[in-house]
Amino acid sequence: MIKLQNIEKVYRTDTIETLALNGINLHVAKGEFLSIMGPSGCGKSTLLNIMGLLDEPSNGQLHIDGHTVTKLSDKELAGFRNKRLGFIFQSYHLINDLNVLDNVELPLLYRKVNAKERRRLATAALEKVGLSNRLRHFPTQLSGGQKQRVAIARAIVGEPEIILADEPTGNLDSAMGNEVMDILIQLNQQDKTTIVMVTHDEQMARKTHRLVRLFDGAQVQ
Amino acid sequence: MLKNYFKIAIAVLKRRKFFTFISLFGISFTLATLLVLTSFLDKVINDEYPDAKRSRSIYVTGIEERGKGTRSSSALSLGYVNKYILHMKTPAAIAFHSMQIGTNAYHNGKKISVNYKFVNSVFWDIMEFDFLQGKPFSAQQVNSLDKVAVISQDLSDAYFGIGEPAVGKYLEVGNDKYRISGVVKNVPATAYMLNGDMYIPYTLSQDNPNEQTYFGSWNAVLLARSKSDMPLIQKEYEDIIARLPHSDKRFTKTLSNADEYLDAYMRAGNQDGKSKTWIYTALGIFVFLIVLLPVVNLVNINITRIMERSSEIAVRKAFGATANTLVYQFIVENIILTLLGGLFGLLLAQFFLWILNGAALLTNVHLTLNLTVLFTGLLICLIFGFLSGVYPAWRMSRFPIIKALKA
Repeated sequence: MIKLQNIEKVYRTDTIETLALNGINLHVAKGEFLSIMGPSGCGKSTLLNIMGLLDEPSNGQLHIDGHTVTKLSDKELAGFRNKRLGFIFQSYHLINDLNVLDNVELPLLYRKVNAKERRRLATAALEKVGLSNRLRHFPTQLSGGQKQRVAIARAIVGEPEIILADEPTGNLDSAMGNEVMDILIQLNQQDKTTIVMVTHDEQMARKTHRLVRLFDGAQVQ
Repeated sequence: MLKNYFKIAIAVLKRRKFFTFISLFGISFTLATLLVLTSFLDKVINDEYPDAKRSRSIYVTGIEERGKGTRSSSALSLGYVNKYILHMKTPAAIAFHSMQIGTNAYHNGKKISVNYKFVNSVFWDIMEFDFLQGKPFSAQQVNSLDKVAVISQDLSDAYFGIGEPAVGKYLEVGNDKYRISGVVKNVPATAYMLNGDMYIPYTLSQDNPNEQTYFGSWNAVLLARSKSDMPLIQKEYEDIIARLPHSDKRFTKTLSNADEYLDAYMRAGNQDGKSKTWIYTALGIFVFLIVLLPVVNLVNINITRIMERSSEIAVRKAFGATANTLVYQFIVENIILTLLGGLFGLLLAQFFLWILNGAALLTNVHLTLNLTVLFTGLLICLIFGFLSGVYPAWRMSRFPIIKALKA
């Protein structure tokens, strides 16, 4: 499903060059739930961002579902992200000015989906994460766990094949973290969604199919 | 999608009330100023009272002669009008009138300021004055030097009493008594070439119709049969000027123009056309600056808001928004903001006009926000929204997703 070949990421300033990822080779199978662990600054999020086409590798090739995606234009990348990828961020990144339903509808705004259908799909996604009673609430009126469930609903509303989650339980207490994790496991098992999750939490990582460890930008496990 | 943008735009406005106030105040104040200005220009350009046939009228307002180190310029002499203009073949009709002459009238011990003009009888055929009482004086009355006059409503009210009949009564100006032939609706001061309190036969003027000088205080209005005839009239007048002998040996060059209304209005006595260019340029620069300031202000405020909205930009990009979609979104938001500012601007402009009209700074000029002005205001709002949105939107749309997510 996702194939990374010799991926490198170098950050350059006038005086210093930092190798954030060093020759990463990784294959994520369709329907797999993979977790990535490692100490802070080891390149986990950078790797996830490259897989999510939010960042470009300095070297190497990235293939998603047989497509080489390293040379796509801005428009093609946007279309690819919109149809095939869903994102969950540690700090949720909900739009506080929009209510829950409008936040979840967001990916559908960039597809040719009419308003009625958008509403139906967003409501269904929110029902899936147990938030159908909070449609008109604004993000500031929700708890951390509820916010992350809204973010999950937003990630799945467009039925993407891949979900990329960057420390989705990082800002939550263990109970809420487990709730979010259960939803992700359910999505993986029921909908066969491929999930790649960056986490610091060994316990959460153990619930996934496979664990990849990074250290100083290199894969060590 | 537009509904989503609208919700965001309103939410952003509510978020930083001080910024919003500055933005809206800048837009509305500028728009109000522009609307008052366009209202004035609209009055000048589109208010066709009394010259309703303006679209097929040609105006000759002055003449200039130049020589080495010398220059003379003024309106036309009666002799010039008589000898050169009245003999033109292409116009359907030729009116002429003097410039305003100021004097005083006294009634019941009250001093009334009177600006009068000498006119020929054709003046009443070309102009479409709105006669509230009576009628214009005839060619026969002009030729027989009858002391008759057409007066404005304001003068009639001041001299004879408000709403009192004036036709047939006498009005004493200077040492002469004029019998009132008609009363017309006031002409606004913006029609400066034609307005006056009193119009009397040109034959009563002291000017000699056979005088040799070209310089005097008269203007001519040449009516074309149709708009397509106007270039013919202008060509005939150009030929007259080309053949015109110099009025004095000192002069080597003669300039005089047969202009359409707006050109004549802008010429302001300068026959070489430079003043017209200056006026257009100055007006253009003024409008440009007055629009530029709030645009720069808005651009600045919008850029400041980039960081605030970086997370939103990143999320939209991550979920499929292209750079162009984001540019579109921010321009739409800005247009919403400026339209809102425009609405306040319209109210503010209405208030300014109410003050200006109340103060009566310009005689008989009642400025209004009519459809032209409203349409101009709307157009200005859209231009505002577009200009002040494009650059910040372009910058926002190119913000790297990762950087925006971390901001």
